[in-house]
Parts: sequence; structure tokens; C-alpha cells
Amino acid sequence: MLRRLGGNVWAWLGSWWQIALFGVIVIAQALSPSTYDRTSRLVIARQIVRATAPNLLWFTVLSALISVVLIRIVIVTALSYGLSRFAIEMVVRVLVLELIPLTAALFVALRYTLPGSAEVALMREQGALDALRRKGIDPVAHEFLPRVLAGMFSVGMLGAVSCIMTLVLTYLALYGFTPWALAGYTRVVGQVFNPAVTLILVLKMFFFSVAVSFIPMASAYYDGLANVRRHRGANGLPGIVRLFAVVLLVEVASLMGNYY
Amino acid sequence: MTDNAHQIPPAPPIPNVEFKAATLLILMVLLVSAAIIYLMYARGAFESTQKLVLIVDDAEGVVIGMDVTFSGFPIGRVSRIELNEEGKARMIVDVASKEAHWLRSSSIFTMERGLVGATRLRAFSGILSDPPLAAGAVRTVLVGDVAAEIPLLVASAKQLVQSLNALTANGSSLELSLRNVKSLTDKLAGEGGALGVLAGSDDNAKKLLVTIDRANTLLATVDGLARKADSQVFGKQGAVPEAQAAIAQLTGLLSDARTSLKKVDAVLIEAQAVGANVKGATADLAPLRADVESNLRKVEQLVNEINRKWPFKRDTEIKLP
Repeated sequence: MLRRLGGNVWAWLGSWWQIALFGVIVIAQALSPSTYDRTSRLVIARQIVRATAPNLLWFTVLSALISVVLIRIVIVTALSYGLSRFAIEMVVRVLVLELIPLTAALFVALRYTLPGSAEVALMREQGALDALRRKGIDPVAHEFLPRVLAGMFSVGMLGAVSCIMTLVLTYLALYGFTPWALAGYTRVVGQVFNPAVTLILVLKMFFFSVAVSFIPMASAYYDGLANVRRHRGANGLPGIVRLFAVVLLVEVASLMGNYY
Repeated sequence: MTDNAHQIPPAPPIPNVEFKAATLLILMVLLVSAAIIYLMYARGAFESTQKLVLIVDDAEGVVIGMDVTFSGFPIGRVSRIELNEEGKARMIVDVASKEAHWLRSSSIFTMERGLVGATRLRAFSGILSDPPLAAGAVRTVLVGDVAAEIPLLVASAKQLVQSLNALTANGSSLELSLRNVKSLTDKLAGEGGALGVLAGSDDNAKKLLVTIDRANTLLATVDGLARKADSQVFGKQGAVPEAQAAIAQLTGLLSDARTSLKKVDAVLIEAQAVGANVKGATADLAPLRADVESNLRKVEQLVNEINRKWPFKRDTEIKLP
């Protein structure tokens, strides 16, 4: 039994090691200028458009709806307690700093990187990647790197658009269509986004995008990763669990950074 | 060819893919730079400021970036907090140059710690015609701490509650008074009403009512009586006119009496003269009387002599056989 436990731990550590290894390979590819030739640029451009364009509108509409509801709840609650002065700060902290980056990351994972990983895994199983290799095209540069870059860009784009839109919606929900409260609102926003909070937000977005893009692609890259727990359930499920665990860890770390 | 048959169909080509990707990238860059510029502006990176140093004993609750307000409007923000040589907190405040004219050399600065919410720094300028506050000026902050006054307040409130408890306890004077008031109001609402309260019991109240009724009938009688008396006294045949006639007669009588008295007066004067004469005569009577008495005594003595010497003295003794 101990041997089985040891084997499991070893396999678990091995899978993380493989993810790290995949990360290094992709980063090395991403940093070498020879990757960005005309064909690769086209592929990257196509993946960026595929990852971002269909999701941007939907996610923006969805997050706007949720934001309006949450903003309303927070403002009404704050008013009923006589704490309306703190409503803006609370809305900005809850929505812009915490909820929207998390939702954006999960949205991109579910809509783009997890299906993308399944697509690449299918291609690998069908030997399309080997065919590419035979043609002298590096499958990492041609299939994996564009998807990783597109996933990272998509998380950043969706997060940025929704955060800015939520700031605008908060202003409109609080004050309506008047420009005269802009100075006070800007001041409060400035107080919330002190350098530490801003840095944590940027780091959080970055690590979310890294987790969302690298982990599913790494699962597709390695035979072993997909095979470790294949007998337990559907293909790709361990990748999803691993992804959510990492996203949760990043979120907890950011909360600790902000509030401890 | 068999390999190709198993391959998944390639994604449909996207028209103008490079342009779209470039647009997305440019949009992303624009959004991020706009956000950065907005946040820098919000944190006052583009404001020209002047320094103001505030000294306070305890800077608890003061955070970097906190506003300093004047009449509720933010005019500056705390940019640094440090300890000075005396161990006091030194807050360096960046005051926006365009708002600095509100601060005068006579301005005072306060720090308030509320029960809920953040600490607040406020500036007050009483005399706006004073010279403006110089850049880098050092001012001491007046502190108003609500939390420090809580223990005192709680102690007072406790005392108050104890007094209230004593006041409202069972058997306390307030409770007894209230009970009395209740019985009083019960009586007021009862049959006897306010009269019952005054009389003490309903029976007494009834007696009082009966008394009042009787007093009413008595008053009616008295009224009739008074009317009759009025007619008798002041009527044509009444007492008063007759009395008036009697008085007139009396006046006549009195004048007669006066003349009579005058006559009597004269008689009296004469009588006085007679009296004087009588007095003189009376004075002469005394020696006369003495003379008469001495003569009588002499006669008596003579009679006694004769009696002694008289042989036919009568024997008055009766001799029994």
C-alpha cells in the first residue's frame, strides 16, 4: 500500500515537473525571434482572434450584467447601513480586484484553452503532430505556442475590458449621467489602487493567464500526463482539476497579499 | 491519404486575420495604457503640489494616500509618515497647488477618529484674508478621539441605568406612585368620577350629591323667602316706608325731648341750688342730733332712776302653786 502511495506521489510530482518542463520549452520558443516568421505570425494571429473575438462580446455582456446586480446590492446594503462612503471602495475591491479577473480566467479556460487542449490531444493521437514533425515544422511552435499566447492574451483582454467597464458602470450606478462626481470618484479609485494593490492585481492577472494557458496545453503535450489517471475518468479531467487548483492557489495568494 | 482521413478538419480560415489580431493588440495596449494613465492621475501623479508637515502624537489610523479635507473637499493627501526626533509622528502632506490658497497661516488642522470608518484629517481656515500658508510649513494637529471617550461614557451610562433600575424597581416610590395614580384614574373612570376621588368613596359621593340636591331645594325656598321679604320690607306696605315714617316721628319726638331736657336742665340747676341749701341744713342737723341724743339719754337715765325708786314696782314673775 505504501508502495502504491509512493507511486502516486511520484506520478503527481512527475506531472508537475512535466508541466514546468513544457513551460520552459514554450517560453524558450516564445523568446526566440526565429519563431515569429510569417507563417507562425499568421497562426498566432489566427489563434488570438479565435481566442478573443467570439468571447469578448459574450463575456463583456455577461460580466456587465453580473456587475450591475452586484453593484446594486452593495450600494443598497451600504446605504441601509449608512456607510455609502465606503460603497465605491467595496465595489471596486470586490468586483475589479477579485471577481472579474477570476471569472475572466475561468471563462477563457472553459471556452478556449480546455477545448484547444482537447483538439491538440486529438491531433497528437491521430498522428497529425508527428506528420508536422516529418514535414520539418516544430509542433510546439506551430500548435502549442500560438494557443498558449492566445490564451494569455485573451485572459488579459477580457479582464481589462471588463474591469474598465465595471469601473464605468459603478460610476453610473452611483451618480448617474453626470460628470460632476468624476473628481471625487477618481480620488477614491486612486486610493483603492495603491501601488501594492495594483502590483498584486497585475501579478494575479499574469499568473491566471499562465495557469489557464499552460496547464491544459501541457496535458495535451505529454502522453504520460493524459495516461496517468486515464482509467479513472474522462480524458482531460485531471488537467481541469489541476487548472482549477492552481487558479484557486493564485486567488488565495492574492487575497493574502491584499488583506494580510 | 489514410492519415489525412483521420485528421480533424482544420478550423475555417478567418478573413483579415492579421488585421483583426492587430486591432485586438492595439485595443489591449490602448486599454492598459489608458488604465495606467488614469490610475496615475487618480493618485495625483500629474498634480503640482506643495508640502505641508503635520505633527501628531499618535498617527494610528493614518494611511498613505489618505485625504486631507477642507470643508469636505479633498485638497491634499498624505504622502509619507515618519517619526521625528521627539518621537512624534510627522505626516508629510502633498497639497494640490490649485487648492493651497485655502490654507492660511492661521489655519488649524484636526484629526478625528470615528467609531466607524477611517480616521479623517481636516483643515479649517477661520480668516481667509490672512497670508497664505508657506510651502513646507509645520503645524501641530489637534486630535479628537471618540474611542477615548467611550469608557467614560459607558461608566456614566451604567450609573444612569442603575438609577433607572432603582427608580423602576418593584416597591420603589415611582412604582407606588404609579400604582396610586392607577387607582386614582380607576376611580376617575368609575361611577363616582372626580367627585368619588374627592369624597373618598362612592357612598360619600352619593351623600354629597344628596346634600347638593337638598341645598338646591333650600336655595329655591330661600329664594322665595327672599322675594317675600323683599316685598314686605321694600313694598308699599313694607317695613322700610313705615320705619321711615316712624323715624320722622321719632325726629319730632326727639326735638320735643330736647326742649324738655332743656327745661329739665333749668330745673336741675335750681335743684342744685336747693341741694346746696339742703347740704348746709344737713350740716346743722348733726349737732342737733347729738343734742337730741344726749337729752334722750338723760331722759332714759331719769326714767331708770324713777323705776328704781318707784315702790309700785310691777312684779312680772309668775309663781306656780
